[in-house]
Amino acid sequence: MARTEQQSNDRFQGRWFWRYASPAAFYPVAGRIEKLSWALAAILAIVGLYIGFFRAPTDAQQGEVYRVIYIHVPAAWMAMIIYLAMAFWAATGLVLGTRLSFMMSHALAPTGAIMAVIALWTGALWGRPTWGTYWVWDARLTSTLILFFLYVGYIALAAAFDDKKKGDRASALIALVGAVNVPIIYFSVNWWNTLHQGSSVRPGSSSMASIMLTAMLIMTFAFWAYCVAAAMHRLRTQIIEREAETKWVKELVK
Amino acid sequence: MTLKQKRLALILGGLVILAAATALVLTALKDNLAFFFTPTQIKANEAPMNRTFRIGGMVETGSVKRDGVNVTFKVTDTAQVVSVAYTGILPDLFREGKGVVAQGKLDAGGVFRAKEVLAKHDENYMPPEAASAVEQANKARAAAEKTLKY
Repeated sequence: MARTEQQSNDRFQGRWFWRYASPAAFYPVAGRIEKLSWALAAILAIVGLYIGFFRAPTDAQQGEVYRVIYIHVPAAWMAMIIYLAMAFWAATGLVLGTRLSFMMSHALAPTGAIMAVIALWTGALWGRPTWGTYWVWDARLTSTLILFFLYVGYIALAAAFDDKKKGDRASALIALVGAVNVPIIYFSVNWWNTLHQGSSVRPGSSSMASIMLTAMLIMTFAFWAYCVAAAMHRLRTQIIEREAETKWVKELVK
Repeated sequence: MTLKQKRLALILGGLVILAAATALVLTALKDNLAFFFTPTQIKANEAPMNRTFRIGGMVETGSVKRDGVNVTFKVTDTAQVVSVAYTGILPDLFREGKGVVAQGKLDAGGVFRAKEVLAKHDENYMPPEAASAVEQANKARAAAEKTLKY
């Protein structure tokens, strides 16, 4: 293991992007990305919420309650996207043996879990006045609940080993296996009849008034920026914790 | 093959097998994963007769009859129609011509006795003015089609 890592470091030397696979090199970069993302998230959220709540009209069917869509849909999308990102970094870590990949994966998981909770929670609050129930066991809702459980399982397994490397590899497997659930969530409303309505926004078309869609997409980017910022913040903490014995961290915290 | 390529192949191979297994399981469970049965399925005796199940479809326009808290209406999927009887308060979005999912049992007379009625709204979001414009356009088109037929 140690030998291969040494070899790979030699082989990849000279390519700029491999330089940032080193936790020490990425630490300051993550800090800059984090700051930029916080700012972006704040600005986009203010604009998105303003358009969504003060500029967009009421909905013909649902009245005012539909406005929860500006939180619900971005959160649900991010819960799915973050899971895929987590699986991607877990796979990268398994294949290349790069420490930073696993840290990235760990840093994403809590944010993804929060997004899943927000999606489920706002969905329940939306379902009660529109459908007439907080919860039903249809394919969309159930598969989203499973997504939340996968996040929790991933986090628990990663933390369950005293040997961090074992935790990395075991949790990476959950991340990869669980990734099959993401397309199931996305296509559930097409594959089975569900209480949850079909997708309003599909690649290339939408069944929303354009100002509503604009607000929802701006909110999506705001959520995206927030997730990047939160993940980068957590990644920096991870780097410091895991590299605590190295010279550069000792210099940094001195 | 280097160790890295081997690991990559192992992971990709594993994912392919997993995806195939999932696809098979989902295909096998296809009917069980359905949240409701359509009127066509019920007429074809595909719904469980002596058990509680859900029916889903559109509330047929003009079919809703209220008598206090007792409501009867017809659910259609445009091909078949099933009568539903329900006692209780309907959700706000329960409308004629809109989606509905009801849970209950089919009685001997073929009437669905619902214990719970949920509204299934569609994925269209638009301001009321736009909705009435769409409705006007549909009416105009229907009128035009009618005129052309005669």
